[in-house]
Parts: sequence; structure tokens; C-alpha cells
Amino acid sequence: MSNSAGTPGAITRRQMIRRIGLTALIAGPGAGLLSACATSGGEAPAATASAAPSSGGAVSAANPFGVAANAPLEVVIFKGGLGDSYATDVHEPLYKKAFPQATIKHVGTQQIAQTLQPRFAGGDVPDMIANSGTDLMDNAALQQEGQLLELTELWDAPSIDDPSKKVRDTVAPGTVESGLIDGKPYLMNYVFSAYGLWYDSALFEKNGWTPPKTFDEFKAFCEKAKAAGVVPFAYAGKNASYYAYWMILISAAKIEGNQFLLDVDNLVDGVWKRDSMKQSAAAWAEIGKFMDKSFEGEIHTGVQLKQNQGKVALYPSGSWLENEQKSQTPDTFKYALTPTPSVTAADKMPFEAIRAAAGEAYIVPAKGKNPKGGLEYLRIMLSKEGAKGFTEKSGNITVVTGAAEGLELSPGNASLSAAQTAAGQNIVTYSSFENWYKEFETELRKQTNALMFGRISADEFCDKMQKAADKTKADSSITKQNRTV
Amino acid sequence: MRHGKYPFIVGFLAAPVLLYVVFVVSPYIQAFYISLTDWKGISANPQFVGLENYSRLWDDEVFWAAVRHHGVLLLVMPLVTIVIALFFSFLLNLGGGQKGGQMTGVWGSKVYRVIFFLPQVLAVAIVGLLFQTIYRADDTGVINGLLGKIGIDPVGWLIDPDIALLSIIGVMVWQAVGFYVVLFSAGMSTIPKDVFEAAALDGAGRFTLFFRITLPLLWDTMQVAWVYLGIAAFDAFALVQVLSVDRGGPDNSTTVLPLEIWRTAFSFSKFGYASAMGVALFFMTITFAALTLRVTRRERIEF
Repeated sequence: MSNSAGTPGAITRRQMIRRIGLTALIAGPGAGLLSACATSGGEAPAATASAAPSSGGAVSAANPFGVAANAPLEVVIFKGGLGDSYATDVHEPLYKKAFPQATIKHVGTQQIAQTLQPRFAGGDVPDMIANSGTDLMDNAALQQEGQLLELTELWDAPSIDDPSKKVRDTVAPGTVESGLIDGKPYLMNYVFSAYGLWYDSALFEKNGWTPPKTFDEFKAFCEKAKAAGVVPFAYAGKNASYYAYWMILISAAKIEGNQFLLDVDNLVDGVWKRDSMKQSAAAWAEIGKFMDKSFEGEIHTGVQLKQNQGKVALYPSGSWLENEQKSQTPDTFKYALTPTPSVTAADKMPFEAIRAAAGEAYIVPAKGKNPKGGLEYLRIMLSKEGAKGFTEKSGNITVVTGAAEGLELSPGNASLSAAQTAAGQNIVTYSSFENWYKEFETELRKQTNALMFGRISADEFCDKMQKAADKTKADSSITKQNRTV
Repeated sequence: MRHGKYPFIVGFLAAPVLLYVVFVVSPYIQAFYISLTDWKGISANPQFVGLENYSRLWDDEVFWAAVRHHGVLLLVMPLVTIVIALFFSFLLNLGGGQKGGQMTGVWGSKVYRVIFFLPQVLAVAIVGLLFQTIYRADDTGVINGLLGKIGIDPVGWLIDPDIALLSIIGVMVWQAVGFYVVLFSAGMSTIPKDVFEAAALDGAGRFTLFFRITLPLLWDTMQVAWVYLGIAAFDAFALVQVLSVDRGGPDNSTTVLPLEIWRTAFSFSKFGYASAMGVALFFMTITFAALTLRVTRRERIEF
């Protein structure tokens, strides 16, 4: 903290304190403590610490980033649906094998932001972070503050399995693009997720139901399920309304094409009032009417449990669901995925189209003590051995192509794989506003609940979201992002 | 006075004052400074933006919704809590009438005292979890289950925007009453017995005893209670966070300032703007405390 007096913040504060005559009181130990305050002194320790150990290693074919063999590595993993055993049992041992002298510190937490925000402000950051969960850190804000390491070096590095290939050529198309901020790659999205409606194929077979292909069929299905005493469609309003807005956005994208999702991310004027959006919102609001009001007070695990108990038929989620529910799912329950039904006969994309995207961002802080080690850790994750181990431990498929070959797939993953084959090139892409504009996203969660639980009409929903988008666009304190792919 | 009195006092005061300055006063001052910047909370280069954050507050509808909720909390929560606590503590201490020249509480008052105080020792998170089950909106909720037995449809305690805030206020009252029963009991025990005796001899009933003797002599304690509860009404963060739909919903109907500050800072990375809200909250709390102490000032009665 020795140089904190040099930052403008500290000087103003000191002057302020002097003016109100507290100088005498803080002159002794207080001065040191005060300079440790929130906005000052962050840079110094990080700068000195990162210089020393990472300068060591020599660049070679096996060590393309020049990681110092003895530099310690700190890994922070979001311990949610994926658990963290994939890191402790697979990736960390692999790193240890490559660099036997390195010590690895593992932190598994459910609260990424609460754990790391003070550490970023204080300059003591880990080397690799699985930045996920409800309380993830704002990636765009981190990037703007120069806290993220650009990953171009990683994507251009030789793959561990085949050094003649670049890492970027060993992953599913769109993976690198999904991690762009401000046109440059900063996020490594690792998990290949598909989004749609999940159901118990055994329950459907027993009742003679088939998943609906159009919204008319969907409504007819809702009547049938309701008559059978099963809630036809439900999601958790208390903490997972974003599961529902994913579906609304997917439907709009199926009507209009993926350009719609691009335009939403780019805050294009009037995008929320387009016909595709209105039709989708209206169609989903109709389905919302079949949902019991009490679901607004439920959390996602509650609704998912009800589905496992056969009380809920269709549940909107992503492909991590099966693994997340592993301990609750009865043996007779067979997870299966169906795409969102078509809204109109003129939809640009067929019923079979599913949303599939690389998700779960892994980041390397730029000001960590061993950023090269962080990059190497990601390269190990992207090796076939690392990816296969991840699938075994977490039950989720990664972006690494062909890594799951030879693994026996669970019912959910088998259904996912079939859905992917059926979809072919008809893939609904991703949304980036969730990472870029957190405030806007919060508003969307709020209004999604209002729409789905019948407090506002589809038109009001579109109006309110357009207003929120316009507000974000006009807010000078939010840095605007743009994407073209 | 003897020489050396001041070094003695300063010796005692220095450490606590220093701690207070470092951990309380200096963060306040920092918050004032940060509220004039666009700090994102991540690295150490905040830009000075003047009063921009404060002008933003003017058209922030969520901020005003939160302020309105504090208004409701401030009106309802202290009043209900104090009325219930006064009633209970009167029953516990004086409600049993006279026995052997002593005022006593109702039968079993020692047991009730423990029961009333129990919510106070529970952590807020536990209270939140308890009430999640009690308020559950389908027929598996405790209240709705009971209502179902008498044929009333489930009520959306926390999911109906019209009653969600009141439901949360209910929890706050439930939790606070025990403490104020104890506080008022302590206050009542300082009222001299002969005052009650004299009144009782003159034929005053329990009702008269309460309104003519207990209440006026308890004024100081009630004033303290009012300030405490008022300040609690400016918080409510934990309960809203745990209980409400989508943290402050549905449709902003339960949001409070501490929650918005937390969200603005830690989710939206707008520490500058969040600090501006914090400064606004600071002034609201201070104004409330000063007003209450001034408005309720009365002459003290010395026994």
C-alpha cells in the first residue's frame, strides 16, 4: 500500500478528512488503515507479485505459454450443478502431471462474486475462475477494467492431442465467438448445452402423450395433462424466471431467425416490439395460464423435484438438468428433451431447431500471479482427456469435439444427442445480453414473471422491455457491446 | 477537580473512538466520495462524475418504489410491534392484578416470556426459511393448509403484489415483538409499586391502570423502541432477500433500499450509483431519528 498516496482518490480523501479536523486522530495507525480502504491501493501488490514467478518458464512445444514450472496456481470453481470434482479429480491432477513442482490451491464456492469481488478490488486474484451461478461476476465490467486476459493466445496454441492443430479447431463451431467481449475472446465457454423443454419419457409413454410440435398442440396437451392432474408446464418464478425468458427468446428466434437474437444483444431500436417477439410472448403467456400461480413462489429445485415426482410435465431448462437432479430422480424417470413448439406455420426455423450453445464461462484474470498457468490450465481442460473426464464427473458434454466418444450416455444425454442430430444446421444461437447488460437482464426476469403469471399482456411486456432496452442504450455509464456473429 | 482527570478519560476513550473512526466514520466518508464517482468496484480508477448519480435517482422508479416501501414499513411495523408488545408486557407484568400487595402477571407468564422472546434468538436466515414454508402459496403451506381445511382457497402471501409487503412486515413484527416485550417489562418494573397500589385503592381497573399509569410512565422506553424499530424499518434486507420472489418482487412490490444498493453494487457493478443510494438512505435514517426524538420529547418524570 506504499504508493496509495499517489492515487488521486487517496489525496482527495485525505484532504477531506483534514478539512473536518480528523487528521490528529488518524495520524498514527489510522493512516495506514485508511489507505487500505476500498478504492485505493489495489494495483501495487498485484503488480509486484505477478512479475516474479511467471517470468520463469521457457516456451517449448509442450509448454507454448512458457509457464514457470514451480509457480503456484489458484483455481476457483463454481460449485453448482456441475459440482467441482471435475477440477479436483481431473484437471488439477493433469496440471500437476505437467508441472509436478507446482502447488495448486483449489477453491470451490457457490458465491463467486461475494468471494472474488473484494479480491479483485484488493488486487489479490486467483489464476483461473469458473465464473458461473446466480452470483457470477459481471464479465463485461471485468473486461472494461482490464482484469481479463485475452484468450487469443489460447485459441491459437497447439492442441495437446494433436500439436498440428490449433486449439480453436478442436472445439465446436461458435465456441470462440460465444466468448467475445468487445470483439476479442475473453471467455472460454466450455460446456455444450442444449435448451428446450425437458420431460419424463416414461411418464409420457404411460399416459400416451407426445410432446407438442406447435402451440396449438401445446394448448391441447395442456388440457390433457391438466385433466390427468399433472401441471402441464411450470418454471420457478422465485429465482429462475430466466429459464422462461430463454423459451420466449427461442420461440421469437425460430419465427424470425437468429438475426433476432443478434438484434436483441445489439439493442437495435424497436426489436422488442417486432411481430416475432409479440407472437412469441403472446403464445407463451397462453401457456402460462395453465401454470398454478403458486409456482411464482417456488425455487428451481422445488419445481424440478415436483417434475421428478410426476407432478409437472414439461420444464424449461438446459442439458445440465439431468445431472443436477441425479440424486432426486427415481429410477423409472427418464429425462428427454423436446424442442420448443413452432408458433406459426411460417416460422423461419423448423420445429426440430434447438438452442445449443457453448456456456459456462471460464476466465483467466489478467492481474493474477500466474496467468500463464491459468492459460495452460484451460488448454488442459480443452484436451480430449480433460474433456472426457469432465463429462464423466459432471455428466455434461463439452465443446471439445469427439471427446465424449465411447462414453455410455445417460437417457437425457442420449435424447440430447438425438435432438442435435434432428436439428442439424437449425441451431438457435445464444444471447450475450445476459453477460453484457445485467441491469437489463434483471428487468427481463421481472417482466417475464409478470407476463407468465398473467399480470401484464404480451403487448405490455413488449412495451416495458423496449423501454428497458432504450434506457440501457441511453445510459452513458454502461459500456455498449456489439456482436455480428 | 483533580489534576489528571482528562488524560485518564482520554486514555479510556482513545481506543474505541479510533476503532469507531476507522470502521464506521471512514467508510461513511468513503461512501460519500464514491457516490460522486462512476466506480465499478473492480479496480482502483474511479472517475469523478459530480452529482450525476444523484440526478439519476430522480427518475429511477425502482428507487422510489423502495422509498415508498420504507414509508409503509415505517408507518405499520413500529406501530403494530409496539401495540402488541405493550399489550403482552402489560399482561405479563401487571395483568394478573394484585396479589399480596404485589402486581403480578397473568397465570404462566414466566413461560410466555420465554416463548415471546424465542423468535429473537433465531437467525434471520432461519426465520426466512421457516416463513417460506409457512407462507408457501399452494396448499402445502402452513397457513394455506389450515385455510384449506375451512374451505378457503390458497392465498399467495408472497406472490400477490398487493399483500407481499404486508406478509414480510408480518414476519418482522413476529420477530421483533419478543424483544420489546422484554424492554417494556424492564420499563414497567421501574415504575414504583406504590403508584399502582394507590391507584388500585382508588378503584382503578386494569384498563385505567394501563392507560393512566403505565403508558405515561413508560414514555421514555417507548420513544427508544420507536427509534429502534424505525431504523429496523430502513433495513429489512435479509428477510426480503430470502422471502420475496425474484429478490424484491413480484413487480418490485417488496423491494427495499438496502436490497437495491446490494444489487446495484454487486450485480450491476455500479458501486458509485449504489453509494449514492446509500447516502440517500443515510440521510433518511438520520432525519427519521432526529425527528422522532424531537417530536416525542416530553418532560421526564422523576420518581
